[in-house]
Amino acid sequence: MAYLTDRKRATGLGSAREGTHHHWQMIVTAVLLLPLIVLFVFTFGAILGEPYEVVVAYYARPFPALVAGLTFLVGFVHFRGGVQTLIEDYVHGPARKPVLIGMIGLSYAAAAVGVFAVARLAL
Amino acid sequence: MADVNRGNRPLSPHMSIWKWQLNSITSILTRITGNALLIGALLVVWWFIAAATGPEAFAVADGVITSWFGKLVMLGSLWALWYHSLAGLRHLIWDSGRMLEMADADRLGWIVVGGSVLLTVLTVAIL
Repeated sequence: MAYLTDRKRATGLGSAREGTHHHWQMIVTAVLLLPLIVLFVFTFGAILGEPYEVVVAYYARPFPALVAGLTFLVGFVHFRGGVQTLIEDYVHGPARKPVLIGMIGLSYAAAAVGVFAVARLAL
Repeated sequence: MADVNRGNRPLSPHMSIWKWQLNSITSILTRITGNALLIGALLVVWWFIAAATGPEAFAVADGVITSWFGKLVMLGSLWALWYHSLAGLRHLIWDSGRMLEMADADRLGWIVVGGSVLLTVLTVAIL
């Protein structure tokens, strides 16, 4: 420790030079989600509680299916970015990377399951 | 060494001594709602994959999501969704350099809180 210079201790602890990309991705997905959320709430909300046959017939139509698929895709990409910030702020030490990878994996998995389910219902 | 006291400096007691105010509460609620929406989102994804699987699987997922507890989670998620959307819109406004004065920021805060409740009530009334 005594042999480390100040310069050596500081190297690598500064900006990762990629924060603007993360911020921009959150901005883009946020803007796209504003109309998607409204459309999804009123399409999904209208059919929730209906019997199985009605639900399947409803999501065989292109519009509600596309709204649901896009909401899952963009929504979980947005969530992936948000939960990353949460983990980076509150999870410290060796747990951070496994938690980060786990939550990012969960985001992609949930998006894939949602899009696959909608595609299967629609086609 | 320029700084021998490294790692042993006094920290600002930032969380424990500041008074709660509208901006700090609406800010932390944005984070809480955004991350808590995972629960409702996973329930909805489960409902969709169950519908794609078949009538038996759908009956289970639909039973959970339309139970009193499921409805409570969906209602909470609906409010969280509107709150997070309005708070996100507020961030987009701020990012454009507008409404950053305290009076405007406070006004936006009340709009986000009141608007989220209003939108939730309206959505439930419409659906």
